Amino acid sequence: MSAGTAISAHGVGVTIDGRPILGDVGLDVAAGEVVVLVGPNGAGKSTLLSVLSGDVTPSAGHVELAGRHLGHRSARELARLRGVQLQKQGLAFGFRVHEVVRMGRSPWHRTAAAERDDVAVEEAMVRGDVIELADRLFPTLSGGEQARTSFARLLAQETPVLLLDEPTAALDIRHQEQVLGVVREVAAAGAAVVVVLHDLSLAAAYADRVCVLAGGRVRADGPPAEVLTGDLLSEVYGHPVDVVEHDGALLVVPVRPRATPTAPTTQEAPCSAG
Amino acid sequence: MSATTVPVTPVRATLRGIAARVGLLGGLGVALVVILVVSAGTGQLDVPADQVLGSLMHKIGLDIGPVPTHPQGENTLWQVRFPRVVMAALAGAALATAGALMQGVFGNPLAEPGVVGVSSGAAVAAASVIVFQWTFAGTWTVAVCAFLGGLVTTTLVYVMSRDGGRTEVVTLVLTGIALNAVTSAGLAFLMFLGDTQAREEIVFWQLGSLNGSRWEYVGVVAPLAVVGLVAAMLLAPRLDLLALGDRAAKHVGVDVERLRMVTIVVVAVLTAAAVSFCGIIAFVGLVVPHLIRMISGPGHRMLVPASALGGAVLLVTADLWARTAVEYADLPIGMLTSLVGGPFFFWLLRRARRTAGGWA
Repeated sequence: MSAGTAISAHGVGVTIDGRPILGDVGLDVAAGEVVVLVGPNGAGKSTLLSVLSGDVTPSAGHVELAGRHLGHRSARELARLRGVQLQKQGLAFGFRVHEVVRMGRSPWHRTAAAERDDVAVEEAMVRGDVIELADRLFPTLSGGEQARTSFARLLAQETPVLLLDEPTAALDIRHQEQVLGVVREVAAAGAAVVVVLHDLSLAAAYADRVCVLAGGRVRADGPPAEVLTGDLLSEVYGHPVDVVEHDGALLVVPVRPRATPTAPTTQEAPCSAG
Repeated sequence: MSATTVPVTPVRATLRGIAARVGLLGGLGVALVVILVVSAGTGQLDVPADQVLGSLMHKIGLDIGPVPTHPQGENTLWQVRFPRVVMAALAGAALATAGALMQGVFGNPLAEPGVVGVSSGAAVAAASVIVFQWTFAGTWTVAVCAFLGGLVTTTLVYVMSRDGGRTEVVTLVLTGIALNAVTSAGLAFLMFLGDTQAREEIVFWQLGSLNGSRWEYVGVVAPLAVVGLVAAMLLAPRLDLLALGDRAAKHVGVDVERLRMVTIVVVAVLTAAAVSFCGIIAFVGLVVPHLIRMISGPGHRMLVPASALGGAVLLVTADLWARTAVEYADLPIGMLTSLVGGPFFFWLLRRARRTAGGWA
């Protein structure tokens, strides 16, 4: 609700086939802020992102983007305000990587910003680390390379709001860090960013705020150090979770039953419990 | 982020793209003019190319080049050959463009008016005109009905084969089989209803033929084809974005539903233009866009105009062959295109399986 709010959800509820997916979700994301959505499978993270991006019309509540009701904007207008990276990338034809990245510029065709097309595409390809792939055919790339190309396309769109659904899922550790590092840079330059992540340690490292969803509701929302606690996460995920501090960074690790590392011997049938 | 260290700058790639564009379109344009002149001059009465051009020049009031020396030359050219080659060029351009548009809008390289049954849907409507002798719109009656038939079938294919924002290859081909079954039943019923003359007309229709092209018919087909082609060029840039899938296309600003509805209407117009007087000529819309994609990539800005030119070249050539391969016989052109197109379709399917959906 603050003056810098770029995108906000108000009392959003989604019901699909009579089953409630989201209920009374409120979320404010300010310009310059990275908000990470976490939660167990089926918590409604992707649905919330779809509502924020305008793909799904909520059955209750509404979303405000740049101070106006999301549903009142045209597709092209929306495309200049928010960019989306979906979890799954697909492409029907064999376009080359640089062509796919350039598709991100299409909302700006026939506007003054179109002058920046070449520069924006090039910058986006450098930041997404896909320069070497520029002339490759998108369908022949690996999953991680496709995800980086889509990320570059999103950057080329140069929108003040960015929504990313698990952008790091298919990436190796170097590119995970790189992509989220760029996300932070983009936010520092004034963009509002919402990212769905599964890796809680990554969330802790890169989020300004973490929003924990469970059962379609916001369970907690705040700075990583406040939200990511062992108790809360253990409860939400239904699995004991430890949060430890290492070199000033929060690490979230699942508690694993000790697999008796001291005695990995081959004890067979007469196994005694104590 | 310095532009100088980058191996392939987008600017250079764009320039290269423009050069390739001009080259391909220019090449196809020249090929079309050459084949049109050759085809117009070839037949039972041969007219040399310079006389064909001379005849054209004199018609538009320029006193350049020789006129046909044969006493029947002028008549043959203007009464028989010219309407026929023009009709072939228009039908070929319309079919190939309709194919390119359909593939773009379905995000599926196997979509083609003939394969998915849109052509036969339009043909059923046109056959109804023959059998019931409708004349509510004069010469235009056939075209109007073919357009409606094409529109209904295209919409049906679209509704039935789409699931979760994309069209699977298998679903599309099976939908085509189902639709073709229904439309052939419709055609069979119409043949049963019709008299001998109507039956014969319908049979030739199904075979596809440019025999009997007249200026009168060209006058109907030409405006339809031109309107369809112009609309296709206007739609082309946005079709690229549909390749991203419905959701991602929307995210970059495409009004997906509207674009798709408009494109379907344009496909129906183009299909009607081709089918109204030439019958079912399958596979042109499949073969041509594929060959163009192999040469210049999948970008629709290039694909649509190049397909139109390529389709025209292909059909004029096929027609030339159809009427000269066997002396005193005019082979059905639809038979020829299917003879070549069938194996090509098979090869595409095999390749699609190998690359597992990577339609490079």
